[in-house]
Amino acid sequence: MDTTDRKETGEGAESATIVVFSGDLDRALAAFNIATTAASLGMEVTMFFTFWGLNVVRRERGGGARKTPLQRMLGLMNRGGSRRLRLSRLHMLGGGRAAMKHLMRRFRMPSLEEMMAMARELGVHFIACTTSMALMGLTEKDFIPEVEEFAGAATYVERASRSSINLFI
Amino acid sequence: MKADRSVDCVGLYCPMPIVKTSQEIKELGEGEVLEVVADDPGIKSDMPAWCAKTGHQFLGIEERDGEYHVFVRKRGD
Repeated sequence: MDTTDRKETGEGAESATIVVFSGDLDRALAAFNIATTAASLGMEVTMFFTFWGLNVVRRERGGGARKTPLQRMLGLMNRGGSRRLRLSRLHMLGGGRAAMKHLMRRFRMPSLEEMMAMARELGVHFIACTTSMALMGLTEKDFIPEVEEFAGAATYVERASRSSINLFI
Repeated sequence: MKADRSVDCVGLYCPMPIVKTSQEIKELGEGEVLEVVADDPGIKSDMPAWCAKTGHQFLGIEERDGEYHVFVRKRGD
């Protein structure tokens, strides 16, 4: 049976799961590169965003949920949104990131935002970790609408156990 | 080699040629041939890998003027 068909029926398709733990721009780019490629190879792909990785799928403006004073402080120092992500190396107060984005445009490489849109078009599933959300004082309203599920580690482990590719980025 | 449809990926890098190929192949009928034109040499390894995974038939690569013309036959069911 054709893998594309299997993917369309959603039964028995090979699957890939990716834990996005990091909120670094470069690591997020790698995660989405692999996710869109796996989806293009006919695999069912799930991305599980947790801890700093939540920033990748957070809205730039918060949902305004009640926070403890510490969570408010964390929120100020750890602002969400894909455009705010930093490079893991050579960030240089944003100068490195600007240079990297310039180079990516120059070589017609898709931006992180374009990769994320592409991933959704290809049927990649986005899940946000509810435990990390509670820790940081975030609610469903703090996330972009592409996040379709809010769940815990059991959901991830169950999917990963059926996957032939499982990455922690 | 003659193709029924061609997709231009010149100037594009991984994962774009593969993502575009997977989208374009849907527009073809069974047994029809898709030509992918790219200049990223990664395509030489990536397209046979994509074919091995998806079951479409890898027909070959013609290299001309720094561009790779890759031919893929859409699989039947």
